[in-house]
Amino acid sequence: MIQPFLFWVVAAITVLPSLALLFARKAVHVAMAVVLVMIGLAVSYIMLAAPFLGVVQIVVYTGAVMMLFVFVLMLIGVSGKESLRESIVGQKWLGLLVAIGTGAFLTGVISRVTLSVQEPTEGNPMEIAGALFGRMVVVMETLGFVLIVAAVGALVLTHVPRLTRKHTQKEIAEDRIRVGANPVNKPMPGVYARHNALDVPALDPHGKPIEGSTSRVLKQRHQLDDEARYTAGLEIEEGDDK
Amino acid sequence: MNPVAFIYLAAVLFAIGSAAVLLRRNAIIAFMGVELMLNAANLAFVGFSRIHGTVEGQVMAFFVMVVAAAEVVVGLAIIVAIFRARQSISLDDPSELKG
Repeated sequence: MIQPFLFWVVAAITVLPSLALLFARKAVHVAMAVVLVMIGLAVSYIMLAAPFLGVVQIVVYTGAVMMLFVFVLMLIGVSGKESLRESIVGQKWLGLLVAIGTGAFLTGVISRVTLSVQEPTEGNPMEIAGALFGRMVVVMETLGFVLIVAAVGALVLTHVPRLTRKHTQKEIAEDRIRVGANPVNKPMPGVYARHNALDVPALDPHGKPIEGSTSRVLKQRHQLDDEARYTAGLEIEEGDDK
Repeated sequence: MNPVAFIYLAAVLFAIGSAAVLLRRNAIIAFMGVELMLNAANLAFVGFSRIHGTVEGQVMAFFVMVVAAAEVVVGLAIIVAIFRARQSISLDDPSELKG
């Protein structure tokens, strides 16, 4: 039995978040919206008398696939700005036209077909198991091969062969001395400063912040604490000494 | 309520997914559009399975899910490999492949 109210709820939580695919700027927001779409689809599967597929949808899509997307976003950086330059002239309008045309064509075809609704199947997971491991067992085996090939393919694609020998710590230290660089470590953030937080650069004996004592990442994100505050405080102390 | 309504829903989702593939330049977002299209096809399968009162559609949707999972693994691996080589995941950048 399909409740109309529940259908409209499902339609809202699938169609509205999926519009984020077109309008959201950040890929992470899109991923979270698509997670919501997957949950709505799982609900609709359960409404369509397919509880097994509903559970599989939650486990596979929201649990595995979308989290894989989020992991890859973490790997390759969230910042990535999307260029708005069109490499094909009029691609935006052509694409919109094709997409809307596809939707209109599909709904038009569906609306012209009359389908008599049969009774839903009973004992759904058992019936699916019978079909999967009975008539379609060869397909199941083939899918096992497909998954193995996919796993090996992912390993091969992301594996980076080492072209040169790995340098030992001793060799790195010797190289540093040979080129005349500072042989000792840079000070940790916050050394001699008024705070020892990670975003406060260390101070040298003159009270000037030391370049490179804080993480490069914080500097690129403009998340370093205001350096002037700490140097100014130190200069007042120098005045007291005089 | 008639289960055919879900087929309409699947058509709308398929159109939105195809629009995302055609319009977005970020490779990961375009890839999520492909996922949405696959899921719309799955919804149509399950809807027709309910309409006809058989499990074949559900079995087919299950197969689609398995193949989609494999596709996601390989596709994301390709995106990561391209990002390592070019420091970009824009779909426009590899256009120098054309002759």
